[in-house]
Amino acid sequence: MTNLDLVRATQAGLPLVAEPYAALAAQLGITEDEVMGRFRRMLADGRVRRIAAVPNHYALGYRANGMSVWDVADEAVGELGPRAGALAFVSHCYRRPRCDGWPYNLFAMVHGRDRAEVEAKVAEIAALLGGAARAHEVLYSKRILKKTGLRLA
Amino acid sequence: MDNLERRIVTALQRGIPVVPRPFAAAARDLGIDEATLILKLRNLLEDGTLTRFGPLYNADRLGGAFTLCAMSVPAHDFERVCLIVNAFPEVAHNYEREHRLNMWFVLASTNAAQIAAVRRRIEAQTGYPVIDLPKLDEYFIGLELAA
Repeated sequence: MTNLDLVRATQAGLPLVAEPYAALAAQLGITEDEVMGRFRRMLADGRVRRIAAVPNHYALGYRANGMSVWDVADEAVGELGPRAGALAFVSHCYRRPRCDGWPYNLFAMVHGRDRAEVEAKVAEIAALLGGAARAHEVLYSKRILKKTGLRLA
Repeated sequence: MDNLERRIVTALQRGIPVVPRPFAAAARDLGIDEATLILKLRNLLEDGTLTRFGPLYNADRLGGAFTLCAMSVPAHDFERVCLIVNAFPEVAHNYEREHRLNMWFVLASTNAAQIAAVRRRIEAQTGYPVIDLPKLDEYFIGLELAA
């Protein structure tokens, strides 16, 4: 029994019963305390972000999804990136490498009910980044081609 | 969604505690009983309002490897390329986006060598280059969508 066994057992989700950790324990042949202990340790060191509901953006009416990408001066991205990530409407924010024909090093995912809402939020990011951002684009999602979630099988 | 369901979705995005009866405390805060909350969650999963309920793993810290890839695929060839890309179990998400780079997918695996190998196989099988944009830093706080 390893953490990976626990990860595999819960990749699709937690059992929706009154005592979910006991249910997992029975399934894995360990005690409820061991299951809870493993989750507490993984929460403490960030291997688990939280144990929570993941909403379907579309079902909640967030039909516009824009991946905003920014060319931010290298010397400023370390300070500005976390501030962009802290904006309430940014769901994911990463620094990534630039490459040939792709000058953007900061990615911030923005969700809105429509494109106008996404654009207003992107304008807030632009204001935050100020002159450190030399260029940006918003890549709207057109279609989900696959979404299976993380699988570490 | 009714008003109670909206409150449930909003509240449960923040997470439940690691205690023997985690739904009991969340239900109390919402002013409902535990059994009602569990039933509502099952319904919300079934009707697709929630995509998942459970631990949100950080693949990096678990020892997994992943990267974001982008491709520029001509419209006439898009479906063929999509079938090839999606067939790899390492492809976790794949989105069509409005841009010259119109296909964006995440590759995830327990080992980094496998990620690179899959990327090369996608290039070989599709005939198009795959741009590799691995995460260098994460400025992630998390999102709570008002339901």
